[in-house]
Amino acid sequence: MNKVHHCKELVSSLSDYVDGSLSEELCLELEKHLLDCENCTVVVNTLKKTIDIVQEQKTQDKIPSDVKQRLFYRLNLAEFGKEETP
Amino acid sequence: MSEEQNFDEPLNIEALKTGDRHELAKMVELYSDQVYRVALKMLNNPSDAEDVLQETFIKAMRAIKNFQERSTISTWLYRIAVNESLMFLRKQKPEAVVIEEEPQNNEDQDYSAIQVVDWCCLPEKEFLSSESRAHLNEAIQNLPAKFRSVFILRDIEGLSIRETAEALNLTETNVKTRLLRARMRLREDLTQYYGERMAEVKNE
Repeated sequence: MNKVHHCKELVSSLSDYVDGSLSEELCLELEKHLLDCENCTVVVNTLKKTIDIVQEQKTQDKIPSDVKQRLFYRLNLAEFGKEETP
Repeated sequence: MSEEQNFDEPLNIEALKTGDRHELAKMVELYSDQVYRVALKMLNNPSDAEDVLQETFIKAMRAIKNFQERSTISTWLYRIAVNESLMFLRKQKPEAVVIEEEPQNNEDQDYSAIQVVDWCCLPEKEFLSSESRAHLNEAIQNLPAKFRSVFILRDIEGLSIRETAEALNLTETNVKTRLLRARMRLREDLTQYYGERMAEVKNE
């Protein structure tokens, strides 16, 4: 169907769209399509959510202090690794 | 304590190049988090990530003399970290790298497989559980390495398309294509996972 074809075409713009870097023209076209295509709306929302979830987790990934100390030691910079900088 | 005094100031590249220990320590202090994160996401194994972390800084300290200021130290370290991770993977499972070389799927095939389940409405705690986090890490790990590296730099580390292209020696168009594919695959994976969770939550 015509609509399905349209969806496929738009998938290639989704990444730029969620980044806010899509050209104005394509953006308008996509948003117009989203108004009456529930499936694409779900895909856009879950795509955004996917990226959100990834970014939320990022803050929890800090280097453990023992790993950092061993790194300083390995680099012969052990005297700098002892103090925990806040 | 005196070692911490000027860690807030930008790195002095000239001092780094002459091997100034304080400046090198500052580089490690400033960038070890990001290098470790990249290695961990590339390899999904803390002990392997630590190896890559150490190798990255050893290489960086050796190569700093030749650092061309065309990119930032940060981008340069990302590049070394990704390369070291890829090298590690190649050594560990050479067969995985061979798969990377296969021709890409035809795009239509990718897109016709799109699952449509609106799992955004799940309670927020679902996304924060440790099980959910472990699944996400696994899903990232399952991305082909060439998509994974782009995804990590752009969506986890927050580099711009241009910086990602610089760090990985790719064109910006190439970065965008890989990013789209990585994001769509990950979305697909999470849709599968959270789609099942939605059914379970309903029955709980």
